[in-house]
Amino acid sequence: MDRRDFIKHSAAAVAGTSVILSACRNGKPNDPYGEADRSTAGRLEMANDLTANGMTLRTNPNTGDKVSLLGFGMMRLPVQAGGSARDNQDSPIDQEAVNEMVDYALEHGVNLFDTSPVYCQGLSEQSTGIALSRHPRNSYFISTKLSNFSSDTWSLAESKAMFEHSLQELQTDYVDYLLMHGLGMRSGGMSVMETFHKRYIENGLLDWLVGQKAQGRIRNLGFSFHGSPEDLNAILALHDVGRYHWDCALIQLNYLDWRHAKEINKRNSNAELLYAELEKRGIPVLVMEPLLGGRLANQPDAIAHRMREKDSRFSPAAWAFRFAGSPSGVLSVLSGMSYMEHLRENIRTYSPLVPLTSDEEEWILGLAKDIFELKAIPCTTCNYCMPCPYGLNIPAIFAHYNKSVAAGTISSADKGSEFQRNRRAFLVGYDRAVPSIRQADHCIGCDRCIRLCPQHIDIPHEMVRINRLVEKLKQTL
Amino acid sequence: MLRKIRITLAAVCFVLINMLFLGISWGISQHIAWVAKIQFLPALLALDYAMLLVLIAVTLLFGRIYCSVICPLGIMQDIFGWAGKKAKKNRYSHSPEKKWLRYSVLAVFILCLIIGFAPVTTLLAPYSAYGRIVNSVFRPLYDLLNNGLAAFESRYDSYVFSEVQLWMRSVTTFMIALLTFIILGFLAWRNGRTYCNTVCPVGTILSFFSRFSLMRVQMDKSRCKNCSLCEKNCKTAAIDYKSGTVDAARCITCGDCLDKCKFDALHYKPVLHLHKSTQDPAEPDLNKRAFLTGAVLATSAAVMAETRIKMDGGLAVIEDKQAPHRETPVTPPGSVSAYNLNRHCTACQLCVSACPNNVLRPSADPLHLMQPVMSFERGYCRPECTRCSQVCPTGAIRPITKEEKTAIHIGHAVWIEQNCIPVSNGDHCGACARHCPAWAIQMVEKEVNGKLVEVPVVDSEKCVGCGKCENLCPARPFSAIYVEGNKMHHLN
Repeated sequence: MDRRDFIKHSAAAVAGTSVILSACRNGKPNDPYGEADRSTAGRLEMANDLTANGMTLRTNPNTGDKVSLLGFGMMRLPVQAGGSARDNQDSPIDQEAVNEMVDYALEHGVNLFDTSPVYCQGLSEQSTGIALSRHPRNSYFISTKLSNFSSDTWSLAESKAMFEHSLQELQTDYVDYLLMHGLGMRSGGMSVMETFHKRYIENGLLDWLVGQKAQGRIRNLGFSFHGSPEDLNAILALHDVGRYHWDCALIQLNYLDWRHAKEINKRNSNAELLYAELEKRGIPVLVMEPLLGGRLANQPDAIAHRMREKDSRFSPAAWAFRFAGSPSGVLSVLSGMSYMEHLRENIRTYSPLVPLTSDEEEWILGLAKDIFELKAIPCTTCNYCMPCPYGLNIPAIFAHYNKSVAAGTISSADKGSEFQRNRRAFLVGYDRAVPSIRQADHCIGCDRCIRLCPQHIDIPHEMVRINRLVEKLKQTL
Repeated sequence: MLRKIRITLAAVCFVLINMLFLGISWGISQHIAWVAKIQFLPALLALDYAMLLVLIAVTLLFGRIYCSVICPLGIMQDIFGWAGKKAKKNRYSHSPEKKWLRYSVLAVFILCLIIGFAPVTTLLAPYSAYGRIVNSVFRPLYDLLNNGLAAFESRYDSYVFSEVQLWMRSVTTFMIALLTFIILGFLAWRNGRTYCNTVCPVGTILSFFSRFSLMRVQMDKSRCKNCSLCEKNCKTAAIDYKSGTVDAARCITCGDCLDKCKFDALHYKPVLHLHKSTQDPAEPDLNKRAFLTGAVLATSAAVMAETRIKMDGGLAVIEDKQAPHRETPVTPPGSVSAYNLNRHCTACQLCVSACPNNVLRPSADPLHLMQPVMSFERGYCRPECTRCSQVCPTGAIRPITKEEKTAIHIGHAVWIEQNCIPVSNGDHCGACARHCPAWAIQMVEKEVNGKLVEVPVVDSEKCVGCGKCENLCPARPFSAIYVEGNKMHHLN
C-alpha cells in the first residue's frame, strides 16, 4: 500500500510505457478515417503511440494514460481442468497459466487488464490480483466493474462493500477504470432507466463513486452498456447536462454488431449508432466482444477463404481485431483470452495496428452482410413444424439453403462467371428441391410454426430472408 | 444445286424458329428472334414496310423462295411430302390453279384483318399456325425430355437443365393446333403444297409478285422427252409437262424438278426467252402419326399428374388456383392495350413459348382466340423479365426494357374481402403487401365480426398489375386479391 501513493499513480500515466514515438503523437499517420481532417470540438481523436515492442497505444484524453490497444479481458481465464472458466465452470483457475499469460502480456506492451467481481464465478479479481501484484502497480491499468446486478446488492452498503472487496482482491488501493456494469439491461419488470436509478442513483452509490474518484481511488468512472441507442442517450443526457461526467464507456463492437446487432441478439444495438453517440461527446470507447465470443475467429470456410483472399496476412481473428481497433475513438479492445496462442496472435495484430482502409472497411461490412444472409439455419429436419397449413415444405427449404451455404455457392457480393454458375446452381437446385408452390415466398407469416420448433428458429423470419435472397438472385440477370 | 441451297437455307431457318418456339435459346433468344421478324404476316402487322419491301423484292427476283425457305409451315409440309414420296414415288400430278378459292380466301382474310376479327386471321396465318403446332404439340414433348434430363443430371450436381412446369395452357388452342398439324400433314403427305396454293393468304399474295419474277423455272420443250417425272414430282402441281409450262404463280422454287429431269430440259434462269418448267416435291419423314398420338396421350397424362399434388409425409394438400373472371383481360407490358394486341397479334404463340413464368397463355375468348392473355395461377410477371416483348414479331407486344417495364401499369389489383385469410380464418397474413414490388399495397386494421384484423388496401395508381399478389395470395382456389386489366396500359 505504501508504495502505491497518489504521486505514483499519476506518474503511471507516462511511466507505464517506456518509449513513445512522438512521430505518431497526433494520431494522423495511423488515423484510418481521416478523423484528423474532420475533427471538430468534442470529436474524439486519440493519439496512437507505440511501445518498444510495437504495440499500438491510445491516449486517454481525460488522464493522458497511454493505454495499449489490446486489453486483457479476465473473464475466460484458463482452468486446471483445461479450457477456460467458461468451458469448465467448476474447475479452479489455473493460476500458473494466468501468471504466465499476464507476464507475457505485460512484456509485450499490454497494459490494461479488465475484470469484474462476477467473472469466473467471482474468482477472476482474485486471480488477476495475484498475477498483477507481482509487477509494479504503475506498469499497468486495472479496470473492474460494480456488478450489483442482484437486488440484494442495491443498497449503498452492499455496493460499497463490493467495491472495497474488489480493491482487496486486486491487491491495490485504486482502480484505473471503474465501470457500472451492464447499463441498458433491465431487472424484473422495470424499465432500463428505472433499473439504472435503483442500482446507482436512488441509493446514492453514483455520488459515492464520484467521491471515490475525487479521492483518487477511481481514476476513470464509466459504464458498460448493453441496450438501445435511446437508453444510451438517456444515460448520456446526465453527462450532457453536467450532472455526471462519464470518463469512458464499454460497448460491444465488431464488424457484425456494427450494423447487424439485432440479428445476433434482439437486445443489442448496432455498434455504429452507439459508437457515434459516444464519439460525438468525446467519451473514450472501450470495446468488448471484438470476436463475439470467438465466433468471428472461427468462420465457415467460404467466409474465411474470402478473408484470406482479400489479404492473406490476416486471419479471421486479425480482421476482427483490426476492425474493432480502427476507429480512433476506441481506447482499448478487450479480449477474453484463455490460451497463450491467442494472446500472442492478438498482440501481433496490434503491434502495430494496421488500420482498415476505407475500402477494407466497406468490404468487411459487405462480408458481414453476407454472413447474416448466408448463415446456416439450425434446422434438424425434425418436421415438428409440418405440415405447414399454407403448404410450405419448411425443412426442404432450409435443407437446400444450408446445403448451398455449406457449398459456399451463395454470395451476394460477387459477380462474374463463378457468380453466374453459383446463381444458377442455387436457383435451379431450389426448384428441384422444393416445388415452386411450396417455396419460401408462400409463407404468410401466420407464425404457427414458431412455437413448434424445438430449435427456436424464427421460421417466418428465415423464410422472408431466404426469399429476399432468391428474389435478389433472380433479379440479377 | 438450287435444291441444295434451298434445303440448306430452309434448315437454318427451320432450326432457329423451332429453337425459339421450344425455348431452347441458351440465352441468345434476342439474337435469333429475327427469324420470326422476317415472316411476312408478322412484318405486315408490325407495319415493318422495309421488311415487306425486301420480301416482295426477293419474290420479284427469285420467285416464291419465301415459301420454301422462310415459312416454317411450308418447310413442315415439305418434310411430310418428302416422307410421302418415300412411301410412294412420283405421286403428284398437274392441276389448274384454283383462283376463285385463293382469291376468296384472301378477300375474307383481308376483310377480317381490316375489321380486326382476329379468329379468322390468326387461324389462316401460316407462321402462326406453325407456332401453335410447336407450342401446343411439340413443346410439351420437349419439356418432358428436358425434365427427364434435369432429373438425371440432378444426381450429379449439374445444373444445365432447369425443370419446367408441364401444363395445358388452352384446350382450344391445343385442339386447333393438333387438327392443323394432322390435316396439313395429311395433305402434304398426299399432294404436297395444296394448302399453300389454295388457302394460304401469304402464298396468294406472293403469287401476285412471283408471276412476274425475274428468275423462274422454265422448261425447254425442245429437250423434253415427255417422261413426266417433273410433273409427278412437283409438290405445287405447277408443271404441265404436256404443254411445257411452269406456273410461276404457284412454283415455290424448290428445285426438285431440276434435279429430277434427266434431259436438262428444266432451268432456273432469268426470263428472257420464255419456256416452261417442272418441279418435284421434297423431304422427310412420317411414321410419326403413331408416335405423335402416343406423345399427345403421354403429355396429357403428364398434365393430369401435375395437377394431382404429391402427398408424402407431412405436406399439406394445396388446392390448385383457379383463374378469376376478369372484366378486362390483362395483356403483357409492351402490348399497349388489349385493342392494340388484338389488332396486331397473329396468335403465333411465340410469346407464350417465351414466357418463363407460366403467365401467358392463349385466350379462349372467341374474339381473341389464341391470342395471348395473362393469368397468375402458376406465376406472375416478374420484374426482370421482358422476353415476350423481345420476341414478338408483329408489334403486338412492343419491345420494352426492364426499366420501362416498371412504369407500365397493365392492370390493378382488386381485393375480395370474403376470400382474405385474416377475414376468413383470422390468421395474420399480409403476404400481398410484403411481396408487392411496387409498394402499392398497405395493411390496415379493419373490424371484422367484432375483431380487428389487418387487411390489404391497394393503391391503384402505384399498382403495375404484375400479379405477384394474386399468385402468392394464400387463399385458394380463388385468390383474395386479383388483377383486373387496364383497358389501355397506364404509363408513368
